[in-house]
Amino acid sequence: MSGAGKSAGAFAIDVKGLTKRFGRKLAVDHIDIAVPEGEVWGFLGPNGSGKTTTIRMLCGLLRVDDGEGTCLGLNIRTEAEAIKRQVGYMTQRFSFWEDLSIRENLEFVARLYRLPDGRAKVDGTLERLGLVQRQAQLAGELSGGWKQRMALAACMLHDPKLLLLDEPTAGVDPKARRDFWEQIHALSEQGLTVLVSTHYMDEAERCDRIAYILNGKLVTQGSVGEVIEQSGLSTFVLEGAHVRHLLSELQGKPGVDYAGFFGAALHVSGRDRAALEAAIAPYRGRPAIAVSETPPNLEDVFILLQEEAK
Amino acid sequence: MSFSIARIYAVLVKEFLQMRRDRVTLGMIVGVPLMQLFLFGFAINFNPKALPTAVSIDDPGVFARSVAAGMRNSSYFEVVAVTNSPSGARRLLQEGKALFVVEIPVNFTRDIVRGAKPDLLVEVDATDPAAGGFAIAALNGIVTTALRDDLTGPLAARAQGPPPFNLVTHLLYNPESNTRYSIVPGLLAVILTMTMVLMTCLALTRERERGTYENLLAMPATPVEIMIGKIAPNIVIGAIQSAIILAVAKYVFAVPMIGSLPLLGLGLTLYIVANLAVGYTFSTLAQNQLQAMQMTVFFLLPSILLSGFAFPFAGMPRWAQYIGEVLPATHFLRIVRGILLKNNGAPEIWPDVWPLLLFTLAVVTLALARFRRTLD
Repeated sequence: MSGAGKSAGAFAIDVKGLTKRFGRKLAVDHIDIAVPEGEVWGFLGPNGSGKTTTIRMLCGLLRVDDGEGTCLGLNIRTEAEAIKRQVGYMTQRFSFWEDLSIRENLEFVARLYRLPDGRAKVDGTLERLGLVQRQAQLAGELSGGWKQRMALAACMLHDPKLLLLDEPTAGVDPKARRDFWEQIHALSEQGLTVLVSTHYMDEAERCDRIAYILNGKLVTQGSVGEVIEQSGLSTFVLEGAHVRHLLSELQGKPGVDYAGFFGAALHVSGRDRAALEAAIAPYRGRPAIAVSETPPNLEDVFILLQEEAK
Repeated sequence: MSFSIARIYAVLVKEFLQMRRDRVTLGMIVGVPLMQLFLFGFAINFNPKALPTAVSIDDPGVFARSVAAGMRNSSYFEVVAVTNSPSGARRLLQEGKALFVVEIPVNFTRDIVRGAKPDLLVEVDATDPAAGGFAIAALNGIVTTALRDDLTGPLAARAQGPPPFNLVTHLLYNPESNTRYSIVPGLLAVILTMTMVLMTCLALTRERERGTYENLLAMPATPVEIMIGKIAPNIVIGAIQSAIILAVAKYVFAVPMIGSLPLLGLGLTLYIVANLAVGYTFSTLAQNQLQAMQMTVFFLLPSILLSGFAFPFAGMPRWAQYIGEVLPATHFLRIVRGILLKNNGAPEIWPDVWPLLLFTLAVVTLALARFRRTLD
């Protein structure tokens, strides 16, 4: 129970004004994040919005250009090496040694962290993962799902207090994703703090809180409900055989901030409820179209935020 | 599938686009051969001149001085020391500071005057037989010419006909001028530099290209730990290679090994580490594997051509010698030939040991300075 001893309200991550420039481009623009210990936070945002850069700054892999803060109570500017020792970081791309076996990879990690009971740890991990039979297999021969499991196990080997996971479930099948999240929740129960970036809305909904970043700026954060509420969005669903033809008609109508398909149904969203109602009024009562209101979901909110930023 | 010129063109365009994008590599492909062309074109000389020579004079007479002056004026010899002690001159030979010792014996002048044909003893360091050949051939003429001006009056007759002295040449360390004795130990230096630099030049480049570098950095390993861990295993490989080469040198090429093998082992270790450090440094500098290989070739060619392996070191122009002095191969070549052929001990090889140490230190410092602990 790593977080149990600390006072309530302590933050595993507490940074203010976190900024990173690549040349003249602002990759991360003054981000403030405070993640309380033991919570699971989802980190969302479109590709290239700065998620990976932020995570890399938090675990000391990129120098911080501006901003202050702590990770596990350690200064992110001056104590990067000490942070590395207590953080588990899972890279977006599989970054273990494909020409080493599963066991050899784990043993290498155990030795780098100088774990006193390294061998037992590796044995236990292999057992838990159900990889005992395949421990001699080269990591490069594993399927995507197994690679992800191995990577998670490897970055958990040294019992980190904070897990930073960069799109851990990209390209992984639904069952493996489900198993993965069960593991995350189990770890979180033991007091581990987790920051996980993802593009999947169902994963975002499994987080205690989410933070959404866009073009390097933190746009919104809170629980899923809060984020949806803060957006002030209303959403109507148009269903029926011919709704597909209505999309271009609805886009750009006053009051419609965003129209798009969600499965076979057309979602029409807007912040100004009255104007939105006026916009869809003509479609009410059409024979083949059913119009109903629905609580907006995260995807509606994020797409709207992305559209607005254009 | 039919054969399509259009598809070949598509692949061709793609290759050119990719080639153009990697500016650094492209620059190296053009720049490196040019540099090498100028470097080696001006540096290499098959007819080595200005070879370091010690003159030992035991004779106070005028002819002795004339001989010394004649050698000084010749383009083949550069007199680095004039002494009256033959043992002192011999030491210069042993240490490799002189390639020739010309000993002018007691009564040289008197014996010429008497027509007694005194011996003019020339000792040659024949560890590299290629170095001295032209100079030895020229020596007789040089001395005869130098004496001619003094042989006037009653002695004028001596200026005609056969030389009034006997040129006695002693080839030391390799009396039969067996070129194998110099080439095979030299190959030890060249082969090791080639394989050792290749072993480590991809050390970090490969990690970077495979994406494992990020993981390595995210874990608590320091640059020094990573460097030592990556270099050390290759020392074993270098040791195995050295043992094989030395065994072949002894049993197949019958190269004499009169010096101390433990001392050679020490020199070898130092040389192997120096080359591994060079390769590792390349891997911190290169952005991709192609660049690392280019750097390796750029390092290998001078190690072969300017080290004294392929061409006599003393015959190169001064500036090329300075470049050669920087290269580990140059110093190791002297160490290995010195130990095997001349029975050199620690004091004699020390002048070539400390440059190796200094070189390794400098290269390691550069590698550590270049090693980024972040992905910036």
